[in-house]
Amino acid sequence: MNIAADPVVLGEQEADFSSVDKARVVEALARVLPAGALMYDAEDLRPYECDGLSAYRQMPMVVVLPMTEEQVVAVLKVCSEIGVPVVARGAGTGLSGGALPHKFGVVLSLARFNRILHLDAHARTAVVQPGVRNLAISEAASPHGLYYAPDPSSQIACTIGGNVAENSGGVHCLKYGLTVHNVLRVRGVTIDGEVVEIGNHGLDAPGYDLLALMIGSEGMLAVVTEVTVRLTPKPQLAQCVLAAFDDVIKAGEAVAEIIAAGIIPAGLEMMDQPATAAVEQFVHAGYPLDAKAILLCESDGTPEEVAEEIERVRAVLEASGATEIRVSRDEAERMKFWAGRKAAFPAAGRISPDYYCMDGTIPRKRLGEMLEAIQEMEGKHGLRCINVFHAGDGNLHPLILFDANQEGELERAEAFGADILELSVALGGTITGEHGVGIEKINQMCSQFTRPELTMFFRVKGAFDARGLLNPGKAIPTLNRCAEYGRMRVSNGHVPYPDIPRF
Amino acid sequence: MSDLTEQWRERVRAAAEAGTPQQVRGGGTKDFYGRTPAGEVFDTRGHTGVVSYEPTELVVTVRAGTPLAELEALVAERGQMLAFEPPHFGAGATVGGCVATGLSGPRRATAGALRDFVLGVRIVDGRGEVLSFGGQVMKNVAGYDVSRAIAGSLGTLGVILDVSLKVLPRPVAETTLRFALGEKEAIERLNDWGGQPLPVSASSWADGALHLRLSGAEAAVRAAERKLGGEVLADDVAADLWQDIREQTDGYFANVAPGEVLWRLSLPSSAAPVKLAGRQLIEWGGALRWLRSDAPAATIRDRVAALGGHATAFRGFDRAGDVFQPLPAPVMAIHRRLKQAFDPAGILNPGRLYDGI
Ligand SMILES: Cc1cc2nc3c(=O)[nH]c(=O)nc-3n(C[C@H](O)[C@H](O)[C@H](O)COP(=O)(O)OP(=O)(O)OC[C@H]3O[C@@H](n4cnc5c(N)ncnc54)[C@H](O)[C@@H]3O)c2cc1C
Repeated sequence: MNIAADPVVLGEQEADFSSVDKARVVEALARVLPAGALMYDAEDLRPYECDGLSAYRQMPMVVVLPMTEEQVVAVLKVCSEIGVPVVARGAGTGLSGGALPHKFGVVLSLARFNRILHLDAHARTAVVQPGVRNLAISEAASPHGLYYAPDPSSQIACTIGGNVAENSGGVHCLKYGLTVHNVLRVRGVTIDGEVVEIGNHGLDAPGYDLLALMIGSEGMLAVVTEVTVRLTPKPQLAQCVLAAFDDVIKAGEAVAEIIAAGIIPAGLEMMDQPATAAVEQFVHAGYPLDAKAILLCESDGTPEEVAEEIERVRAVLEASGATEIRVSRDEAERMKFWAGRKAAFPAAGRISPDYYCMDGTIPRKRLGEMLEAIQEMEGKHGLRCINVFHAGDGNLHPLILFDANQEGELERAEAFGADILELSVALGGTITGEHGVGIEKINQMCSQFTRPELTMFFRVKGAFDARGLLNPGKAIPTLNRCAEYGRMRVSNGHVPYPDIPRF
Repeated sequence: MSDLTEQWRERVRAAAEAGTPQQVRGGGTKDFYGRTPAGEVFDTRGHTGVVSYEPTELVVTVRAGTPLAELEALVAERGQMLAFEPPHFGAGATVGGCVATGLSGPRRATAGALRDFVLGVRIVDGRGEVLSFGGQVMKNVAGYDVSRAIAGSLGTLGVILDVSLKVLPRPVAETTLRFALGEKEAIERLNDWGGQPLPVSASSWADGALHLRLSGAEAAVRAAERKLGGEVLADDVAADLWQDIREQTDGYFANVAPGEVLWRLSLPSSAAPVKLAGRQLIEWGGALRWLRSDAPAATIRDRVAALGGHATAFRGFDRAGDVFQPLPAPVMAIHRRLKQAFDPAGILNPGRLYDGI
């Protein structure tokens, strides 16, 4: 039996690709690609050296920019034949290093797949190429009174291919769902160069739900070349409530109370005082600066529906001890309320040379505990952290502020982040709600999953990519990596994977 | 309330070692579905109970053998529901069978399918390993989304131990409207409405009558009712209608004639009338079309594929053959490798989905 073809062996330790011969790869790729679609000089490769998580950098060996699916097939066949790692790339806005190049690999950019192929307003679907920007879909659908619901804050830049790979969400996913709820079908190419259609133009497909496996798979199973998305009718009206609290715990409880009242708002976001202060000096959203936390709660629907829901929300917020409640009076004011929240990341970038965005998700009722723990961690690691949350679904984005030019601060920020992630798991949550594992959270995967579960992930990968050439070293840690991580981090005196050799 | 995790793990291990096929079975209400069941019956009804229910988290975690009716009653007490309205198809349906078949009811087109509400599962795989995927939170992208892939896999990848499902508040108001419309017009109209912000929660067309259910806030339902017109059904009549469609106790489903097959056609909602011999009932805004027909399977599958969909022989078909639409070779190859990954001995519901799977 071919050892390399056994996915379980694949999951034991990281594969070594150092024997890949660049000249041979370049020569083989040049044969299948037109001029201008292949780059291998250092200065051309530089823009690809990192994604949105810029603390991690790696120059690729080669970058390819195919324009057609046939070229993608040809590239993958070459890479498969020679045994070269392939990292697909959209806009490079990912925050977990998913598109971080492989030193001995090819970066396959989908930037030239930027066409909306077909928009069927009657069926409310759009067939788009993977390099189309998220917002461009909604813009194209807008004249028909439709939009693409998942709205990551990065939506002007990020691509639908990247969204599929990360199962991206946005502030409205509490009510309208994540990427996985809004994509009907993807077409992709496996590492063997086989074109596969997964999902359907209808509401379901025969066989296993491969679409669920593909969405959120971080470019590890196939290269996506086409996506069919579902479009949603634009609500007639949206209105936003801004509520201030003198205590973060109370704000957290108000979130649970809104849900308990049977309300699923279109968005339900929370920011703590330091986050509010950071964005206020930047966008002047008019946020109350004395509040310990603010909530943004959006209602959308028909005017009657919105009026009814806003009244119910207001009653809940009052009963939960909000110190101030404002309801947006017009679209301009609603946009202003949101402007601050949407600017949280850039604002962090303004008040600190660097920031590190975390993405754990916890049960809503543990929000208060998490916030208190983060405060303690600030002391422990000697770094500040500002907090913005997709509170409605328990997804936290603590932004750890640091300065990479200060000796040791990056390491402290990483240790701080790791503490938050481990606590997210301990509180019954997950290390990543929407940004993906990538390379960034790969060690924490060892705390969230057991050895047989990780092995099963490798087997799933093996069902698509038997030799592990698509984005190797990402998303799922090898058992060796976990053994090493276990040696560094021992929780409760329990060493994970005691029977794996350690180096 | 009892936890049989250890017994199940042992049982699967032994079966894998001996190569004894297991027919995983809850209440047996969906025995009719898929290809012919094979193997020693593995009754899941002993593993029961609600592990946790947090109404404010919108999550319930429940053991697979728990009766579906019990789960629905529990969440209803707190004003919540399983928004995908799973069919029971008889008394005694279990949560495990519901998730394994992955079937959704009338609300599916607007609320989402069963798989959309699966947050996590715990399974015993074909090696007898207990594995947990996903979790109890709304957003989770750690690892491949195996829990959603377990939904609808007909027990061929693992025995479901527990599942965490997202629940939603029940709508405050509901009303059903009736319109006299032909097939083509009904499909047109449903798609027009689908593009507008209307609180549609179910639709059903048969024999020249279109029924449309509206659900949501009182004000929204009333406004839509005024806008759309049509004849308003009495609440009890409407409740029976949707119940009968969900459970297939409606005359259309109950009277499938000998020699007729009940086909489930999944199509783009706006697809043209299928123009196949037989009688139809159309749900999900046009995306689900039931067809009672004696036309040859190949004719039906080809026509549906040409319209961009797929066909399942739901009832009354030769279950030794392909019940589900045959898959293209590269996709089938992935299926075989996934089956091999989860159940290398091929003992879990062998052949229920496809030959060899
Ligand atoms: C300021 C800012 C705000 C953000 N806000 C949000 C937010 O609100 N919600 C959210 O979910 N995320 C957010 N993100 C994260 C990021 O934008 C998303 O993860 C996005 O989906 C990445 O898209 P991309 O095109 O940039 O993908 P890339 O970063 O290029 O790639 C991401 C992953 O997708 C894979 N990939 C890309 N294209 C393909 C393809 N065609 N086939 C197969 N694999 C592919 C890559 O290999 C990689 O693993 C934010 C990022 C920034 C910088």
